[in-house]
Amino acid sequence: MDIIVCVKQVPGTNEVKMNQETNTIIREGVEAIINPFDTYAVEEGLRIRDKIGGKVTVISMGIPKVSDLLKDTIALGVDDAILLSDRAFAGADSLATAYTLSMGIKKIHDYDLIICGKQATDGDTAQVGPSLAEKLEIPHTTYVRKIEEIKEGMIRCQRLTDDGYEVIEMPLPAVITVVKEINEPRLPSIKGMMKAKKVNVKVWNAQDIHADENMIGLKGSATWVVKTFIPEHNINSEIIDGRPEEQVKTLVDKLLSMQFFVSK
Amino acid sequence: MGDIKIIKEKCVGCKLCVSQCPFGAISVVEKKAYIMETCTLCGVCVESCKFMAIEFQRDFAENDDAIYYEGIWVYAEHKNDHIANVTLELLGEARQLAKQLGTKVSAILLGNNVGHIAQEIIFYGADNVYVVDDPSLSDFNDESYATIATNLINKYRPEIVLVGATTYGRSLAPRISSRLHTGLTADCTKLEIDKEKRLLLQTRPAFGGNLMATIICPNHKPQMATIRPRVMKAMEPDHTRVGKIIHPAVDIPLVVLTKVLHTVNNLTEMVNLMEAEIIVSAGRGMSDPKNLKLVKELADILGAAVGASRAVVDAGWMEYSHQVGQTGKTVGPKIYFACGISGAVQHLAGMSSSDIIIAINKNPDAPIFKIATFGIVGDVLEILPILTQEFKQRLG
Repeated sequence: MDIIVCVKQVPGTNEVKMNQETNTIIREGVEAIINPFDTYAVEEGLRIRDKIGGKVTVISMGIPKVSDLLKDTIALGVDDAILLSDRAFAGADSLATAYTLSMGIKKIHDYDLIICGKQATDGDTAQVGPSLAEKLEIPHTTYVRKIEEIKEGMIRCQRLTDDGYEVIEMPLPAVITVVKEINEPRLPSIKGMMKAKKVNVKVWNAQDIHADENMIGLKGSATWVVKTFIPEHNINSEIIDGRPEEQVKTLVDKLLSMQFFVSK
Repeated sequence: MGDIKIIKEKCVGCKLCVSQCPFGAISVVEKKAYIMETCTLCGVCVESCKFMAIEFQRDFAENDDAIYYEGIWVYAEHKNDHIANVTLELLGEARQLAKQLGTKVSAILLGNNVGHIAQEIIFYGADNVYVVDDPSLSDFNDESYATIATNLINKYRPEIVLVGATTYGRSLAPRISSRLHTGLTADCTKLEIDKEKRLLLQTRPAFGGNLMATIICPNHKPQMATIRPRVMKAMEPDHTRVGKIIHPAVDIPLVVLTKVLHTVNNLTEMVNLMEAEIIVSAGRGMSDPKNLKLVKELADILGAAVGASRAVVDAGWMEYSHQVGQTGKTVGPKIYFACGISGAVQHLAGMSSSDIIIAINKNPDAPIFKIATFGIVGDVLEILPILTQEFKQRLG
């Protein structure tokens, strides 16, 4: 089975702190990480391959430095890594990103299952997976929490919904996006790390994947960011003092006075 | 193509943009800023500059086609014969936007035996409801729903399409926008209209809620957005409202590859977190899984949903479907009780838009108190039973 896993480099969010005086985000030494959701996608790809055989290829669109992160996935056991990198890809929204990935995947040519994380932690859009499936004209299922069965030409999986889950069957090739619940990612092995050192990540530019210049990067993006600002957080915090009984009484008084509760 | 440029004459080398860049792509050399190759053209720096020294030029295309698109559409989500609350909220919001644009609000309703829902949609603010009723549409299906919705959009050409940012909405909308090759803004929390350009200004949180971005889709139609549940206000239903129910001639897809075999609703012991008005969430401070019953008892009295921090889910005390935060669900209830939750930034990202936040934690320095409306410093295991008892008495 040929499995392709899409990964994205995101800024590590643990370092995010607010400067209260200037109301700006302090990002000390912006550390780049693989989008946490994508680590579950990589793991699921490896598990399927280990069980039924095949090949796992990771693909990413990003700056040249992303190849270091792709090497980390090789250390986990991924067979091949491809980085789509070109100044012309910069500024891509989810539409242009999906198009670019689809062209890279078409160049890879053989694919049965494409796995993405449910969303990236920087943009939080969750749109690239379904949009990519559309560009490849294949079906997709989002928020997959379990693969019940996968074999040549077919996948049956559970999609997490807002009030339970659904069991969905699709023919392959198909795209799934996975949630954290699906597995627990492995750690890199010594052997894998040795291999990662030797491997060269393939880098493809816009020409290599025959991308239409009007469909990539800023030019291919339908949405534009026109303004960004720091949200106002609730700073009127009130700490309620007293003995536990007093604290509780004061709190309930305050909440009831706001008339959120209607006596049943 | 646009690009970000530093206007050297205006740049004073204050480094404000350096601290704002999410990608560490700006450096200051000899008091002038330089954009490095790690720049993703996200545009955050432009706003940060107090000296207007960063320029981000983009061209509005001449788009003669735009005038042929008119009206606001709401995708009507429903399940088990009930219309989703977020759809009612979107209808209310769409009415406000339509007033400014001087246009109409329509809904698209796909399903099986959904005729009675169409009437309700009109009471909540729609002028037209396009209904496609077919036995093959009884379950939500990304493939067939996307095909029909896309065909209807191509036929009637609305200028704006709004979809609830639910599990289904966030799966369906990108499929549709990708096929139409138009823009889609995810999980918006605010919508406004630029009357002059007739544009939808779509504001949404990014970077786990640490940054808000306003986004437009100037050169493509329709302008599409998914909207976070519980943010917009629904209208009071007006049972005298009159609207048109239209059954458009549309081809029902005969071959659908995606098959929904069955649906399991297993969240009986709690309300849907996404639609809950009150959420009581448990954190590591609950100390032991057997103490979780204290959280459930409070939730029961209040008719609340039960949430959990990542620590609680990772420890196996509660199922993943309860997890609130960046790697779980994003919620926005009226009241959020954080019980023994310290408030890691990833947790705050999933609940900071709650109207009222109540934090109970024994550590007075816990970050959760910084965003809490009311904080109680104390032992959550001691406070919770008293709180449940107090509510029980006072609410009758």
